[in-house]
Amino acid sequence: MSNYHIDHLRELESESIFILREVAAQFENPVILFSGGKDSILMTYLAVKAFYPAKVPFPLLHVDTGHNFPETLKFRDDLVEKYGLKLKVGYVQDAIDKGFVTEEKGVNSSRNGLQIYTLLDELEKGKYDAAMGGGRRDEEKARAKERFFSHRDEFGQWDPKNQRPELWNLFNGRKHMGEHFRVFPISNWTELDVWQYLAMENVPLPNLYFAHKRNVLERDGVLLADCDYIPKKPNEEVKEQLVRCRTIGDMTCTGVWESSASTVEDIIEEIATTRMTERGGRSDDKRSETAMEDRKKQGYF
Amino acid sequence: MSLENKKTNQGSSTELLRFTTAGSVDDGKSTLIGRLLYDSKSIFQDQYEQIEKISEKRGEEGVNLALLTDGLKAEREQGITIDVAYRYFSTPKRKFIIADTPGHIQYTRNMVTGASTANVALLLVDARNGVIEQTKRHAIVASLLQIPHIVVCINKMDLVDYSEEVYNRIHDEFEAFATKLDVKDVSFIPISALKGDNVVDRSTAMPWYEGTTLMYYLENVHISSDHNFIDCRFPVQYVVRPYNDEFHDYRGYAGRVAGGVFKKGDEVTVLPSGFTSKISKIDSFDGEQDAAFPPQSVTLLLEDDIDISRGDMIVRTNNKPEVEQDLEVMLCWFDHSKPLQPRGKYIIRHTSQEAKCMIKEIRYKLDINSLHRITEDFEIKSNDIARVVIRTTKPLFFDSYRKNRNTGSIILVDEGSNNTVAAGMIK
Repeated sequence: MSNYHIDHLRELESESIFILREVAAQFENPVILFSGGKDSILMTYLAVKAFYPAKVPFPLLHVDTGHNFPETLKFRDDLVEKYGLKLKVGYVQDAIDKGFVTEEKGVNSSRNGLQIYTLLDELEKGKYDAAMGGGRRDEEKARAKERFFSHRDEFGQWDPKNQRPELWNLFNGRKHMGEHFRVFPISNWTELDVWQYLAMENVPLPNLYFAHKRNVLERDGVLLADCDYIPKKPNEEVKEQLVRCRTIGDMTCTGVWESSASTVEDIIEEIATTRMTERGGRSDDKRSETAMEDRKKQGYF
Repeated sequence: MSLENKKTNQGSSTELLRFTTAGSVDDGKSTLIGRLLYDSKSIFQDQYEQIEKISEKRGEEGVNLALLTDGLKAEREQGITIDVAYRYFSTPKRKFIIADTPGHIQYTRNMVTGASTANVALLLVDARNGVIEQTKRHAIVASLLQIPHIVVCINKMDLVDYSEEVYNRIHDEFEAFATKLDVKDVSFIPISALKGDNVVDRSTAMPWYEGTTLMYYLENVHISSDHNFIDCRFPVQYVVRPYNDEFHDYRGYAGRVAGGVFKKGDEVTVLPSGFTSKISKIDSFDGEQDAAFPPQSVTLLLEDDIDISRGDMIVRTNNKPEVEQDLEVMLCWFDHSKPLQPRGKYIIRHTSQEAKCMIKEIRYKLDINSLHRITEDFEIKSNDIARVVIRTTKPLFFDSYRKNRNTGSIILVDEGSNNTVAAGMIK
């Protein structure tokens, strides 16, 4: 009977599709949190697979910091159009204008942390009871303890010490009024799995992931893309380099890497031999040893 | 930017192996995992530099690999593991998912959780202490959860001068105990996680040991028959109805194959209705496929228009599961806030079914250090394991857990708190 066996990418795919269908079955109003990065692109692609030939039964929600790479927005809109998806956008700028949040000051200021407010606000306004994120357990030590179905209290907070146990294929999405769930369908994928799968399936990706020439500046050992949102220190020098993004987030905190990888195959080769984690270039994680855990407890992605 | 999708056939042929680790507090479990990650070159430079810094700050000798697996703030402060954490590494042969579970007595529930999906359990034994109560408890949990393969890692061999005698004594002790258990495949490997002996690289200090290294074992243990490929079970998870012109009459039953191999043309019966039909198509985004088997997620289409919804099960007509409202279950209680209520009512989840249920009878409590059946004390508290009879409001379609982990497992949910309060294996 051993002819019936599937490789690890197909097994991960099958697991994620199972989770996505479980969300559709157990929740009334789920939403996909879409950042424009490869993980949320993968999750969206898997959702298309899970419900084929029907359309994906939930919308995408994008929290727009106003500091996106322009390429991200174009890609997002094309993707939505291609698969006939519904898109909702929440703007951090609105929250700033209304005075609900205050913009950080100084050279290292970022709107990354401000997203939490807009995210929770949008979830409440849309009455979403399950928000699916592209978080992976291999990304960061706090995420290693995350469940597939992660319960959030009425304030959207995560209590890592009191999580529901998850066994076999049995997922418990029951909740009280006002509470919601974060669901992570690609929990078990690693960065390399994601790339191998995207290559195998030939899934289109934003050009930002591939090597391109860009004006960059170096700060605290991280290369940042030069843009109007990053105030420069007096002695910082902007120079053009061949770089690519390993993660895509807000321009102010997404580091770019010196790289000449111009195809998915090059990227896989690069990741397989690299000695730095992908979030090593994320200045938002470098703020303290428990930066991710602290943000997650408050309701971060 | 083009959004064209073109399929290529390239890909990997690596298998996925899930394993769990169990050991008591100072057995060196975190060090072993750190060692596996480090020696398989799965540790990144920035991670290594971070733990190097912390080790130095704490005044430790050398780099403490155990720090790689400490996740939450409280854990690092107290030097313990609170919850199940998942780790990943891969070699050219396999991708591995580790469910790293704490060893404290109060965390049986975490071990049960980690064990539920594992192909392999690594049981750590401190060579200086031999088989202790915790080792027995972990072995019993591994046996109850029917983990197909068990590896007893006799660790800290460097502290007993790599003695063959010590190894043999622990080996024999464990084997004597294991005869009482329902375990199929047990192996023994003498290691030193700290020094790296027999983890990834062969030890030169134990020439008397002729077996494989732990990594070789993990890469080569035969796992393709860990699924049940005999008894066809397809719990309907979601009904796919496109409601558009192109797929006007399309009615697909989406789900993950829980057992057996389904093929186009197979005669099937739908439970609970009992209607029979034939599989007209096994569908997926990538096109029609000839067969579907565990753990694939597919969509089945039937020749006849039958009313089927989530919670129903499609099975082969000549091989049906048990259909009952009374279940004999080995239950592990999870809830810290209150004990199992005799005659208590709960929500039961089984495959894609949900029903209400009542604890009809507690048969005995299991002493998980000795396998002794306790019948004089029926207070089932958090981390206790008990044999109970559960009565459900509607029939469930199940197999014994021994036969199929997917169709033989249940969880109980408290109606008030909505928490998952217990997990059970059907007899």
